[in-house]
Order: sequence, then C-alpha cells, then structure tokens
Amino acid sequence: MIQPAAPLWIIVALFVGALALPLVRRLSARAVLPTALLFSTLAVAASLRTAHLVFALTEAGEGALSHHLGGWPPPWGIELRVDNLSAVMVLLVNLLSWLVLLFSHRGLPERLKSRAHFFYSLYLLFTMGMSGFVMTGDLFNLYVFLEVIALTGYALVAVGDPEAPFAAFRYVIIGTLGAAFYLLGLAYLYGLTGSLNFVDVARQVALLEGPEAQRALLVALAFLVTGFGIKAALFPLHAWLPDAYAYSPNVTTALMGAVGIKMGAYGIFRVLYTLYRVGPAGDYSAVLDLMGWLSALAIIIGSLLAIAQTDLKRMLAYSSVSQIGYVLLGFSLANDDGLTGGVLHMINHAVMKCALFMVTGAIVTRLGHRDIRRFDGLGRHLPFTMAAFGVASLSMVGIPPTAGFFSKWYLVLGAVEGGRWPFVIIILASSLLNAIYFFRILERAFFKERVDPTPTEAWVSKIKPLPGTMLLPVGVATLAILILGLGSFPIVEHVIGPIVRPALGLILP
Amino acid sequence: MDFERIFASYNYWIISVLMLVGVYGMMAKRNLLKKLMGMNILQVGVILFYLTFSPKKGGILPVLEESIGPELDAYANPLPQALMLTAIVVGVATTGVALALLIRIHRRHGTLEEDEILEKLR
Repeated sequence: MIQPAAPLWIIVALFVGALALPLVRRLSARAVLPTALLFSTLAVAASLRTAHLVFALTEAGEGALSHHLGGWPPPWGIELRVDNLSAVMVLLVNLLSWLVLLFSHRGLPERLKSRAHFFYSLYLLFTMGMSGFVMTGDLFNLYVFLEVIALTGYALVAVGDPEAPFAAFRYVIIGTLGAAFYLLGLAYLYGLTGSLNFVDVARQVALLEGPEAQRALLVALAFLVTGFGIKAALFPLHAWLPDAYAYSPNVTTALMGAVGIKMGAYGIFRVLYTLYRVGPAGDYSAVLDLMGWLSALAIIIGSLLAIAQTDLKRMLAYSSVSQIGYVLLGFSLANDDGLTGGVLHMINHAVMKCALFMVTGAIVTRLGHRDIRRFDGLGRHLPFTMAAFGVASLSMVGIPPTAGFFSKWYLVLGAVEGGRWPFVIIILASSLLNAIYFFRILERAFFKERVDPTPTEAWVSKIKPLPGTMLLPVGVATLAILILGLGSFPIVEHVIGPIVRPALGLILP
Repeated sequence: MDFERIFASYNYWIISVLMLVGVYGMMAKRNLLKKLMGMNILQVGVILFYLTFSPKKGGILPVLEESIGPELDAYANPLPQALMLTAIVVGVATTGVALALLIRIHRRHGTLEEDEILEKLR
C-alpha cells in the first residue's frame, strides 16, 4: 500500500519552523517573520496536497488516508489517519494560521517586537499541535497534541495585556482539568479494549456486551465529552474563555478564537461518531440530550452576555461561547442535517471569527481602544475594515447569502427532523439576539456622527489608512465568508456529505 | 456491604480519593499556588490509575527473559508505563508554565490570593 507522507510534512514543516526561528533571529531580526511565513506556506502546501489526496480517495469510495509513523502498522504503531473531516480541519487551521501570520506583521504589539521570534515559535507550535490533533489516529497521541495546543496556548495568552498572566493561569487550571478528564476517560477505554487506535477501539467498543461494560463505557463517554467540553468552552464550562480572549494579544485571539475552541468540538465529534457511533435512539441518547440542552443554553446565555459587553473583544468572546453552542447543538441532534449544520458551522464560524478578531486588531491599532461606545463615525475613517466587519456581522446573524445563514439553515432543518421544536425556536431567537449586538456597532460606525467635539481634529488626522498587510488578510477572510456562503451547496455535497454519512452509519458500500 | 471486595480494590479507592482531593483543591482553594498543587495531585491520580492496568499476577519486569520466552502472561504490560512517562513529562511542562505565570502574577499584584487579585482588577 502506498503511504503518502503529505500529512507528516505538515507537522514537520511547522515543527522545524518553530525550532528554526530563534536561530534565524541570531542572524537577522528582520528575517524572523519571513521565515515563519515560509514554513507556514510549506505547511499550507502540504495540507492542500493532503486534502487533494483525501478528497480523491473519498471520491473513489475509500475512507481515509493513513500514514504509519515509523513504519509500524496500526493498531500497534501510531498512525496519522486523515479522513474528510481531518482534511477540512487541517486545511482550515493552516490557511487561517497563514492569514493571521501575515496580519501579525503590523498587528503584533510593539512590546513583543523585540522578542517576536519566541512568539512566532510558539505560534507555529500551536498550529502544529492543532494540525496533529486533527490528523492523528491514535488516542494517546491525541492527548499529546492536545497538551501541545494547550501549553503553547497558555503562553500565547500570557504575553498579552498586564492582566493576561492571571487569565492565563485560570486557563491553565481549567484546561488541565479538561485534559485530565480526557486522559481519565481514555483510561477506561484502554482498560476495556487494550488498544489506543481509533479504528481498533471503535471496532471493539461495538463488540462489548453486558451491563458492566456498558456502565464503564458510559463513564468513559461522560469523562471524554466533559474533557473536550472544557476545551470547547461549552456552557457552563466556558468561564476561562472571556478573560483569556480579552487580555491576549490580538494576533493570538484571531487564531485561537477561530480554530482553538474548534479543537474541543472536533474531539467531541470524534468521540461521539467515530468511537461510540451514537444514534438518536441509541444507548447514549441521554448524553446527547444533555449536550443538546447545554448547547441551547450556551446559545442564549452567550448571546445575552455578549449584548451586555461594551468591550468589543469581550463581546466577541461571549459570542464565541454562543456560537460553539450551535456546533455542539448540531452534533447532539445525531441526524443528517444536524451534523451537516454542525460541521459547516464549525468551518464558517472559524472564518467569521478570524475576520472579526482581525478587524478588532485593526481597530485597536488605529484607535488604541476597543470600547464600542466610542466607535461613532468609525465607518468613515476605516471604510474597508468596517465593511469587512459588516459582512462578517451579517454572516454571524445569519443573513443570506453569507456563510452563517447556511449552517443555521441546516441546523434548523436538523432540529425539525429530530422533532426538537424548542431548539428551532432557540436558533431563530438567537439570530435576533446576534442582530442586536452586531447591528448596534454597525449603527454607531456608519450612521452616527462623531459627537464628542473636543479632540476631533487630532482624532481624525491620527487615523491613517491601514497597512496592506492588515487589509489583505481581512479582505481574504471576508471574501472567504462570501465564497463559503455562495458555494455552500457543493461544499455540503462533496466535502461534508462524506463526513456525515459514515458518521451516522449511512454509508452504502 | 461486601467489605472483602471493597478492600480488594483498595487501589481504586486510593486513586479516587487522590483525584477528589485534587479537584477539590483546584476548585475550592483561593490561593493560586494551592490550586496548582491540586492540579498536580489530580494528575498523579490519573497516572496511578493507568499504572493499575500494568501489573499481572506472577508477572515480571517487561524485559525479555531467555528462560521464559515470549510468553505474554509472564510479563507486566509495559504500555501504560510508557504512556504515563509521557504524561508525567507533560505534567512537568504544565507545572513549569503555571509557575512562570505565578511569578508574573506575583510581580504585578504582590499576592497569590485570588480574592485580593480580583479585588485589584475591579
């Protein structure tokens, strides 16, 4: 069997890049960012190649691309197993990481400029952790990558504002609790099956019988889902998120807010649909129900808390709590449309939040603050940036033809199909809540004159147009929102369909 | 109550108590250093839980013995130990990051009591 090494190259490129940066710094400080971009570009190329190979395999009816590390065949060795979901996620992670890296040229705070090589080193390791996390086919390897993401994530948060270390410490405590829960759940699975390979464990879990084994499986499921729920900031386990986001550097938030919490959602998807193969009426419907209701609460409470914020970044953080609710609500429905909506929203929300956090970074660079109450008339001074904000906002609210509309559409369809009318109402009502907190910013930016008369002159002259390295990533992300929206039907048909159908056991061959 | 059975599985009781102490420390203690210690105790609990899967009755060290040969039941399972070696390394790294953060917090706020720090952040 041919084993393409493309998935491995993603990890190798990012890892070598992370190690090379401190060395490059000794030669030339100006070469740090270009070097980081170079290795990131290599990783993007390798992920494009991987995705290409995987999609070709899927079209041919084969499930996944498998690379055996060190030549040891699974289930004994560690394998990188890339199916459609992994391919989509790894592509998303690397493309957004590349965009944010470009943005960071001017977006990085002055304070960090002298030690930028360490920042970028951690940044590449963070991206590597996420790439490995979504590709590995080994449960313990998954834990290692989870901790790579977490450790670099703590550091990337801590280098932010002066209050950031405290926020990062709370993140360490609760994040480690999540990882420990995952490890504990895994211990049960390992004890029951004696294996750590995804496919092998899933096969043996399906064969286990008897009430004792079922009870142990349920305990394991509870620990695994709770562990990843903490990582995904599922309500009520979200307490670490708002502070960590609000105090971290804008560059960190743009990447972490976009794909960081999606890792938890990805983990939950893997546990539910690869390991346990849950169905809507199966043994684990109670777990799904609980997750569904928590997600519904997350959607409503996250939105309400977002409305209460005056700090733009904190508002977006609470909005993330609410949006991850949509993703997990979709996963909890366990039917075709619900899962489609969940996975699609995972992709769409990553792109939207990346755009929004980059816009936030751009605004902070020019205004020096992110107080929503002082945004009056901003649209006239930063027309392009605020237009991008507008598009991303429309998408968050769910107005066609932006991407956000389609994922919510599938979620509503899924809720109807599952007979969950309360969820339908919650999804629709939450769109109104989203509209409240996004449109009030657009109203201030575009329709209000600047009322504060005193520093007008100085204020206006201070606002220069943004540099190209900031506008380009924002523009690309905004364009991606529209493309994801307009192209959502082919994406659902060819990319997400092959994820959802085998997950629900609907695959034909 | 089946005391014999409870005593026979004493290792699980010890591990459960360790983990509960850890989680209690992380959640209830107001001092950040004590929270960190709780975190470490929880990690030790999880590590011991894995190691419980390792030994076998009459099993020896997992090093191939000429006189016994490749007889699976004669050796302890080395995999949990190898896994936990990794987990210990990860735990050390986490503790290192957390301690570095505590130094930064103490420099800024002059205390490690969560309540006092929250008071200052208001």
